[in-house]
Amino acid sequence: MSHLLDRLNFFAKTEVGRFAGGHGVTTREDRRWEDGYRKRWQHDRVVRSTHGVNCTGSCSWKIYVKGGIVTWETQQTDYPRTRPDLPNHEPRGCSRGASYSWYLYSGNRIKYPLVRSRLLKAWRAARANLSPVAAWRSIVEDMETRASWVRMRGRGGFVRADWDELNEIIAAANAYTARKYGPDRVIGFSPIPAMSMISYAAGTRYLSLLGGVSMSFYDWYCDLPPSSPQTWGEQTDVPESADWYNSGFLLLWGSNVPQTRTPDAHFYTEARYRGAKSAVISPDYSEAAKFADIWLHPKQGTDAALAMAFGHVVLREFHLDRKTEYFDDYCKRYTDMPMLVRLVERDGRYVPDRLLRASDFPDALGQENNPDWKTVAFDTTTDRAVVPRGSVGFRWGETGKWNLEARAADGTEIDLRLSLTEDGRHDRAVPVSFPYFGNRKHDYFEGTDHPDVLLRNVPAKSVQLQDGDALVATVYDLFVANYGLDRGLGGEHLANSYDDEAPYTPAWAERITGVPRGHIVTVAREFARNAEKTRGKSMVILGAGLNHWYHMDMSYRGIINLLVMCGCVGQSGGGWSHYVGQEKLRPQTGWLPLAFALDWNRPPRQMNSTSFWYAHTDQWRYETLEVQDILSPTAPEGPWDGALIDYNVRAERMGWLPSAPQLSTNPLDIAEKAADAGMEPQDYVVEQLRSGALAMSCEDPDDPRNWPRNLFVWRSNLLGSSGKGHEYFLKHLLGATHGVQGKDLGATGQQKPEEVVWHDEAPEGKLDLLVTLDFRMSTTCVYSDIVLPTATWYEKNDLNTSDMHPFIHPLTGAVDPVWGCRSDWDIYKGIARKFAEVAPEVLGVEKDVVLVPILHDTPAEMAQATDVKDWKRGEAEPVPGRTMPQIVVVERDYPNLYKRFTALGPLMTSIGNGGKGIAWKTEREVEALRRLNGAVTEEGATKGLPRIETDIDAAEVVLMLAPETNGEVAVRAWESLGRTTGRDHAHLATSKEDEKIRFRDIVAQPRKIISSPIWSGLESEQVCYNAGYTNVHELIPWRTLSGRQQLYQDHLWMRAFGEALCVYRPPIDTKTIRPIIEARADERPQIVLNFITPHQKWGIHSTYTDNLLMLTLSRGGPIVWISETDAKRAGIEDNDWIEAYNTNGALTARAVVSQRVKEGMVLMYHAQEKIVNVPGSEITGQRGGIHNSVTRTTVKPTHMIGGYAHQSYGFNYYGTVGSNRDEFIIVRKMRNVEWLEDPESSTIVQSVGG
Amino acid sequence: MASYLNTLLFGIYPYIALAVMVLGCIVRYDREPYTWRSGSSQLLRRRQLVWGSNLFHFGVLIVFVGHLVGLLTPIWLFDAVGIGHGFKQMLAIVVGGVAGVACLVGGAMLLHRRLGDPRIYRTSSFGDIAILVLLLLQLTLGLATIPISLGHLDGGEMLKFMAWAQGIFTFQPGVAAVVADAHWIFKAHLFLGLTIFLVFPFTRLVHMLSVPVRYLWRPGYQVVRTRLAADRSAPRQTVPVRPREPAE
Repeated sequence: MSHLLDRLNFFAKTEVGRFAGGHGVTTREDRRWEDGYRKRWQHDRVVRSTHGVNCTGSCSWKIYVKGGIVTWETQQTDYPRTRPDLPNHEPRGCSRGASYSWYLYSGNRIKYPLVRSRLLKAWRAARANLSPVAAWRSIVEDMETRASWVRMRGRGGFVRADWDELNEIIAAANAYTARKYGPDRVIGFSPIPAMSMISYAAGTRYLSLLGGVSMSFYDWYCDLPPSSPQTWGEQTDVPESADWYNSGFLLLWGSNVPQTRTPDAHFYTEARYRGAKSAVISPDYSEAAKFADIWLHPKQGTDAALAMAFGHVVLREFHLDRKTEYFDDYCKRYTDMPMLVRLVERDGRYVPDRLLRASDFPDALGQENNPDWKTVAFDTTTDRAVVPRGSVGFRWGETGKWNLEARAADGTEIDLRLSLTEDGRHDRAVPVSFPYFGNRKHDYFEGTDHPDVLLRNVPAKSVQLQDGDALVATVYDLFVANYGLDRGLGGEHLANSYDDEAPYTPAWAERITGVPRGHIVTVAREFARNAEKTRGKSMVILGAGLNHWYHMDMSYRGIINLLVMCGCVGQSGGGWSHYVGQEKLRPQTGWLPLAFALDWNRPPRQMNSTSFWYAHTDQWRYETLEVQDILSPTAPEGPWDGALIDYNVRAERMGWLPSAPQLSTNPLDIAEKAADAGMEPQDYVVEQLRSGALAMSCEDPDDPRNWPRNLFVWRSNLLGSSGKGHEYFLKHLLGATHGVQGKDLGATGQQKPEEVVWHDEAPEGKLDLLVTLDFRMSTTCVYSDIVLPTATWYEKNDLNTSDMHPFIHPLTGAVDPVWGCRSDWDIYKGIARKFAEVAPEVLGVEKDVVLVPILHDTPAEMAQATDVKDWKRGEAEPVPGRTMPQIVVVERDYPNLYKRFTALGPLMTSIGNGGKGIAWKTEREVEALRRLNGAVTEEGATKGLPRIETDIDAAEVVLMLAPETNGEVAVRAWESLGRTTGRDHAHLATSKEDEKIRFRDIVAQPRKIISSPIWSGLESEQVCYNAGYTNVHELIPWRTLSGRQQLYQDHLWMRAFGEALCVYRPPIDTKTIRPIIEARADERPQIVLNFITPHQKWGIHSTYTDNLLMLTLSRGGPIVWISETDAKRAGIEDNDWIEAYNTNGALTARAVVSQRVKEGMVLMYHAQEKIVNVPGSEITGQRGGIHNSVTRTTVKPTHMIGGYAHQSYGFNYYGTVGSNRDEFIIVRKMRNVEWLEDPESSTIVQSVGG
Repeated sequence: MASYLNTLLFGIYPYIALAVMVLGCIVRYDREPYTWRSGSSQLLRRRQLVWGSNLFHFGVLIVFVGHLVGLLTPIWLFDAVGIGHGFKQMLAIVVGGVAGVACLVGGAMLLHRRLGDPRIYRTSSFGDIAILVLLLLQLTLGLATIPISLGHLDGGEMLKFMAWAQGIFTFQPGVAAVVADAHWIFKAHLFLGLTIFLVFPFTRLVHMLSVPVRYLWRPGYQVVRTRLAADRSAPRQTVPVRPREPAE
């Protein structure tokens, strides 16, 4: 009744009894007050969802809803159990994930569609009298009107608009752009499909039906380790975190497991309890360091030197001084070490050339199919050159021989010879040149004064080839010589003892890295000893920290070498564990048709982002790195001239890398012109390119005809997080106010590129329209023209997987999208519907000429076997798919785009599906989908096809088509692979043949995926998922040139840039300090520090630093970490505001002065945006800057190689990567902390040079 | 007119104030039990709180008890135990003065802290600040009466106020006339005091009613509240005892 009356019980006896000797009392008081606490945790329902944020955690969460409001979330604890003796996966989830529900109702939530008021006014004025496309034409072609919104980007001015009107603006802009310039000027950037597959697919399905371009992300984020495709022909494949538990030695290298892999860290702890040893390598005292038996802290950026020294020790002790049977056998069977390399004489010395091929021999060693692509080794039993099975030549054009059995092509058993010194089989030891880069001058990195070329004697043998006698050596012998090990064969700078300071001894590494040689020897020895005893259960867990350096390949290959020489790759508990983002899209082959509309037309347009942004944000105009800076002293003859972008242009021209836009002519007009000329479009394009009448867009990225015109950004914070060279984006792509401080090559009078047209006046504001879909007002939204409010992760249905665990689980809508928000699927569906309405004004059924690069895992990957010929230079004929891109004509039905978007197209039935070079039929799955989702009943182009109306329909398409979620498909896929390998693999999936995982199944509980040949690991009761497992245990070749783990990279460009074998290369000099440090100096002390941007502690994975719950745990705004010594030098105290700058731009942040940080570097957790608590920069006069304000992308020619087996292009698979850690900044204390809150002071102050 | 106003302020207003206080407290306690709290800001900042709060509470408790006992104890009781009026007046001046000054110093510190500390200021409601200002004003007025009282050391003036206060509580009509000729400072002090009663239920002052004084003598450190209390009319239940497992 009344609280008051109930409490008026002073005279009533409330005591019932006593206990615990009178210390405890039982009473009969009123207990209703407890309901308050009880109600606090009462809720109406619990829904399963997760956080789609490129976080490898991929943790399943319970989302609690109370009164229609999402109130909080807690960890789900219903993952399927593991097997006995293996810890379970739970609990998964961290404080960052637990803070997410804050976003739904926060002030940062975008509640309604927004548009720049100037754009909307112009549109409405034009639209009053004109049809949609004509209206867009009228405002975008009027330069003054266009500038009215372009110039305002990043400066506010949004107004609320309704969906219908904005969809019409977007559709009209897309239609206009496709008609005027070509559909490949409509670009879409969205990363990491695995974090929300359907949301990703919604946008790319629309773009792919349109003919627009989907942009890559993994390479752009620099999370793609090019060393992985180089070695394994595989994008990235890694063990799940549970497999750490099976390891005996865990080497954590640049990975901060407890901080950035929080939900998986328990396996690390448990492995330690089980008795695993662990060494942690990290320049800073990271949270992981406390797990270590030994913590090594090399100077940042010198990891390759450390890896080489480890390899030196292991080779000495486990390969040369004592032959380890397991290692020896592993190297022989699973690596290219026994393969033969041709040695070419130059000035009395020898340079390792390409791998010997069957075709080099007079009779091609009996090979008729692809003899150019079959590598050769010596067999010990017959002592003759043989063609071992498994090389790429066996993969295409014949069946049954592409496997890793110890057999020659003809089926005879073979035992390959690793070293020619065995039984003294070599003819002589010849001096071979190995490039040395450790002597290159760098202001901030220690080097040694060894010569450019190290001469080391290598056992060689003479063989009779087609073009005469030639000297050959095995990869193994070159590999060992490269490590500087003295085998008694003679040579220079060889080491007999670890204390010799020859490259790559521990003593040498001590000088470069600062790590004591004794520690190096101990770690290497124990790592190898454990691998020997456990047959490969030594593991390296590494994070993107190492991969973000320009010469990341060297650190990575150094580590891979270590693993391979210890036989760890492909063994449970061992191997290479590179964890960066949520890159593993487990049901990938089921998702691809949906995402890229492969059910309607193939191929889609896809572009590698690094090269794209490098060209279109004009970062190439400021390039400071010259080819000579990175060229090898042993480079084969060649011009090796030009600038870095020239190499990219050549790569695009030769079909190695994709292009976007592709041609300077509208691809919708070409087929008609070809018809007028009476030619097939393919022939016409070849002819016109050869004559020069047709040009590729990459040759003139600043020509308005070649600009990207419309850009969609969704599920991404391109401008606030991943956009390396942020200020260049602002200046050239957006035309916004910016902080670029440096001058371009024209202004500084430096050498300009040869292949690219130079415009003295660089364009500013290439984009006509920037549309961003987000649920929060990110930095990217702030710079957009139209912002569409999307559903959060608790408001939509979607799929989610990770490389850290084998489960597939969903995002589901706990509540409907709030305010005016819609799910990504519904947003793109709405745009597609409007586009189909608007497009007929200018577009009908069109023929679109698409250029396709030479793709990995297709027969075309065998393009130029032995040399590089550029047709433009007259070195070869332009042959599509061999010396230039493929040319495909695709029919676009623009008026039916919406119908196609919402139905599963006919190609799934007529062609089927597949992935990674394996193809299978899908009629049964299409029929099942027709019955599950229902068939389209409306008359028209899609009648009778399976529907894809809702996001759940779309999810069912993915789950039905993917072998990982449909056992029947898995069996079919394994059978298909078995035909190529000649071995039976179907037994790996037959036990799951009847299993079909549906969307509602995973809503009920996360499901473990089914083993499929798309991935190289197995999920079974016997083993945890581990990469390379099926290669080693099922003898399926790696998808490389030799079919084995490729340690020798013999492509011409690899040799030219000195990376045929792994070497130490110091960080590059980006030259961003000297031009500005004097000019900006005043009486304040300044220090120059290396700029390192790791994953953060107080933000949700790599994005979202505006969450107040997280900001409260730290300093509430942007911070950088500085060492105590550096801080003292610069007169900086903890929590001071500092400014960091170089020629790229400037940023402001508070200093965290900590013992954790190594002297000489500064840590700035990435993705700290300029939207919360960021003052203006004194240098630029602009607000703050973000971490990427001081960086600029630099591309690497070796990443552009294509058409060469493992080095062939694949979307997010191979290609240039956006490195950024070689950058240095000048740090000083701020004098005035100006918040730019006064309207007067926010007028544009452009204090820039070029 | 003066008499009318006097009756309104000291004859009728006391009943309004007391009625609002009592009913207000009951309603708040029943309807908004979770607002019934002292609203401590100790979590936000400890600075100035130890001295300020302790001085204030020390002073205000003595002053409060002094007023309560001094005003409401029937005068014959004092006479019976032989406490002279003059002595009582002197006692009130000395003890009240010391406690009042302590309270004023503490209160000033608390007000300074509440207004000066941005964290505390931002989290303060209007009521939090207003009640502190009211109390300090009332203290100042109370202390300001001391010089006047020094002119009436016989305690005659004091007797008037006792008569008035007891008259209010015993519902005697026309009792307002007793204080009609008191000094205006006294009147202001009375009026403000009544006003504090009036606003009492709307402020954090309600925590006075919930001071856990029982903690001082309650038994036991561990309190178990049995569910059996939920329905007192129901027959007393016994806790079902699980049959003991047979011994092996």
